Amino acid sequence: MSGSLAKMMRSDAGKGLTLVSPTLIYALLLLAAPLASIVLLSFWTQLATVAGQAQFDRTLQLSNYREALTDPLYRALMLRSLRISGMVMLVTVVLAFPVAYFISFHVRPDRKSLWLFLITIPFWTSYLIRVFLWRVILAYDGPVNSGLLALGVIDEPLGWILYNANSVVITLAHAYAPFAILPIFVALEKIDRSLLEAARDLGESKAMTFLRVTLPLAMPGVLAAVLIVFIPTIGDYVTPQLVGGSGGTMIANNIHAQIFALNDRPMGATLAVLAMLIVAMVLLWGIARARFWLWLMDRAGGGFAGIGLALAVAVAEITVIRVAFSQGPALIGAGASVIALLLVATALSAFILWRLPKGRWGI
Amino acid sequence: MSQKTPIVTLTGVQKYYGDYHALRGITAEIGQGEFFSLLGPSGCGKTTLLRSIAGFEDLSEGQLLLDGRDMEGVPPNKRPTNMVFQSYAIFPHMNVAENVGFGLRRSSMSTEEKRRAVGEALEMVGLGKFGARAAHALSGGQRQRVALARALIMKPKVLLLDEPLSALDKKMREVMQVELIRLQREVGITFILVTHDQEEALVMSDRIAVMFEGEIAQLADPETLYRRPNSRRVAEFIGMMNFLPATVLPTGPGGGRVALEVAGLGRAELETAQCPGGAAIGEAEIGLRPESLTVLYEGQSAEGGREAEGTVREVVYYGDMTYYDILIDGAPSPVRVSMRNMPGRRVLDFGARARLAWDPRAMVLFC
Amino acid sequence: MRLNLLAIFAAVYLLVLYAPIVLLPLFAFNDGTVIAFPLRGFTTQWFAALLDTPALHQATFNSLVIAVSTAIFATILGLFAARAATRYGFPAKAGIIGFIMLPLVLPEVIVAISLLIVLMQLGLNSGTWSIIAGHTLICTPFAIAILQGSFANMDRSLEEAAVDLGETAWSTFRLITLPLVSPGIIASLLICFTISLDEFIIAFFLSGNEPTLPVYLWGQLRFPARLPVVMALGTILVILSVLLLVVAETFRRRGLKRAGLKDTGGFL
Repeated sequence: MSGSLAKMMRSDAGKGLTLVSPTLIYALLLLAAPLASIVLLSFWTQLATVAGQAQFDRTLQLSNYREALTDPLYRALMLRSLRISGMVMLVTVVLAFPVAYFISFHVRPDRKSLWLFLITIPFWTSYLIRVFLWRVILAYDGPVNSGLLALGVIDEPLGWILYNANSVVITLAHAYAPFAILPIFVALEKIDRSLLEAARDLGESKAMTFLRVTLPLAMPGVLAAVLIVFIPTIGDYVTPQLVGGSGGTMIANNIHAQIFALNDRPMGATLAVLAMLIVAMVLLWGIARARFWLWLMDRAGGGFAGIGLALAVAVAEITVIRVAFSQGPALIGAGASVIALLLVATALSAFILWRLPKGRWGI
Repeated sequence: MSQKTPIVTLTGVQKYYGDYHALRGITAEIGQGEFFSLLGPSGCGKTTLLRSIAGFEDLSEGQLLLDGRDMEGVPPNKRPTNMVFQSYAIFPHMNVAENVGFGLRRSSMSTEEKRRAVGEALEMVGLGKFGARAAHALSGGQRQRVALARALIMKPKVLLLDEPLSALDKKMREVMQVELIRLQREVGITFILVTHDQEEALVMSDRIAVMFEGEIAQLADPETLYRRPNSRRVAEFIGMMNFLPATVLPTGPGGGRVALEVAGLGRAELETAQCPGGAAIGEAEIGLRPESLTVLYEGQSAEGGREAEGTVREVVYYGDMTYYDILIDGAPSPVRVSMRNMPGRRVLDFGARARLAWDPRAMVLFC
Repeated sequence: MRLNLLAIFAAVYLLVLYAPIVLLPLFAFNDGTVIAFPLRGFTTQWFAALLDTPALHQATFNSLVIAVSTAIFATILGLFAARAATRYGFPAKAGIIGFIMLPLVLPEVIVAISLLIVLMQLGLNSGTWSIIAGHTLICTPFAIAILQGSFANMDRSLEEAAVDLGETAWSTFRLITLPLVSPGIIASLLICFTISLDEFIIAFFLSGNEPTLPVYLWGQLRFPARLPVVMALGTILVILSVLLLVVAETFRRRGLKRAGLKDTGGFL
């Protein structure tokens, strides 16, 4: 027994586990245990605060979740967070792709690391101050407005660029730029250049080579960029607080308010858990649908017919979801409609991921 | 090639990686001062065997004796072996002399003695003036020499070389082959070389173990391996060989000889030594090296009338040699014949008829 | 033509990326209390004001203590995990490493709130040590990413060669492994230090009455009169971060050179 244990410890597996254990134990204690405890806390309810000590009803119940899913305020908050994160992700990735492409394909090899370095530098400077400076830039009398006024593009300062969701999107898109560029750049760098030459040699135009070879091969990088931008932005606190105004608050601001201002820790925990669940479910939905739409496109023989079909199916499903979300509460109640929606959408995602093989975009 | 006192004894060595059976019962003895090669395709277990001798892999079963001592549980740093790694593993943060003297750190020599030892080792590999050179400023051949000096300075009982020449270009490889033979003769240490290059093994080794799928298929000196491979697989791996279907006849001539009917060539009689895999009456194959077939020109005739006729199907001109693929009348597939090009000797054209001389003494029988 | 358009786009992109940082020194040296254009004139009074703000000095000190401790702890934990990940195969390896790397993609607010709630439930007071713990958690993945690169770049047979030449496992680590990954270790220390110094959310949730520099800054942003001083402080911070980064990058490249490899990109 002790002999076999000693042999196990000498094996690669034993040495590896021993070596990784300090870090693993640290992560278990400071990440897994706290995460588990906020999940637990989210099922408790706040009773009252007596002399600064919070009192909890420790029976496990779903009342926080019921409140979060039915109260229009929370619903609006979560939808807005999702919408802002989605916009940030879209803007960041769409703007980052050409830059990553430029660095990978048009910058001399010995200059590439300099470009990457230049792009990462702003990311390492104080986040707080960067966000605050966007407030200055976008302000009523800031450089954007005064510049546009001086150029005669506008007659009066733009009011819609500060203290709302737009300014949050602009600021976050700026903050997460390097996170989008780097993974796309890495994916583009991995593309064997002779593949592109082969495509040209086989008669494809430059544009079609890009669409048929470069873009599909860069897709894993784009996907990584999507994940790495979407997930953290949904929990951002500083940007909505500084430039968001009342119309641009996001879930993290509310979590903070629940804990520090309202002293309702279980509700704060519930919102945090919901934020994680929403992110997970939306990503699952996005990956499953991307795979499904690609599959549809291929089934329809590609080309415009395929793109059309996939687009039609996508628009149809999104419309159904929107209608269900807005009309559901009136028909079967707010909580029930959200749960039904989540169950159906997630079940569909799981079904797609289970039945359809991994597509050519690596998702 | 007399068998010397064994320095390495392998008995029933087995190695498993999970379900993968990497070494399947290796038994061999390697003699004192021998240049021994482990030859085989990639994945045959030759490197695993070498690393097991060095102590980097534990044996799953079986026994390994080094100089008569059981190596079970002895770590690499306590074994009387040293290794030249495939990548050479030159420490990049040390200069040449520091690399070569690395293993002396724990020895009881004085600083002066160590310096002298390093100098001698460098001299031996022809790098006398390179001691202060930075590791990254070395060429491939020089790195190889540093790795050799670094291992030899330890005066190991066995020097292990893991594909030491595979990273070098063709010219450098030939230079280093000769260099290694010279070094081995000079220091008299047992060398065990792992290689997938049959030519390299034939050139350098006293004995070669050909390995396939974790087993030794044949262990012999280079000449035996080349002339009398014991299986078609070994024959195919070492050099080029032609195979022709043959029938072992029941009515042998006696005296330990075997009578055959070879497709396209006719009747032949072989010594038992030419049947290293044994001979059984019925269908079989014979193997013939390209150089043991000769194209006959006008006026030439074969000894004993052992001639065959055929059509040239392919001509490959190499400068000093020409290779012909000739389909012998009555044979199912062409045989390759190599002919030295000489002044006045005409290179045959594609499609020409050709006469061939063959010699039964060059044949090997595979059943 | 296409190349030109792309190049122009990339240049504009870079310009916008730097826009906020370029504004910073403008306002830091601007002789006016309002952070708006037009600029008034040159002054260094805001930098002078930094010197006589004791609360700022205390916050800076707290931040430095946290950042240095975080850098050390995260790099040590990173060394263990990176070594295990590059050198050994073990059961559930992808799951274990993935879990350790999780803070990289988890919204920071989740980490912050879960740590805060645990502390509150345990009745412990949050403070400098809890921020160090939180920062170590989020910095370890960065340390692992950097160190994994260093370990992976190192030819495994170098260590085997040292053992083969008579060294023990420990002396091999000291003589061969450590010197070869030391550029990675230094880069990891610097990066973790920078991340910790700049981290706001976790510090904000856990700081209690010991604010870090970003938390102090956050408090100052509410007072318009203090903004020019904040700009001055921001300028100094930006310059320091850039300096640290250049040093870290230099070490990373030196490490690559030492390992005899070609440069293939940045930290991430």
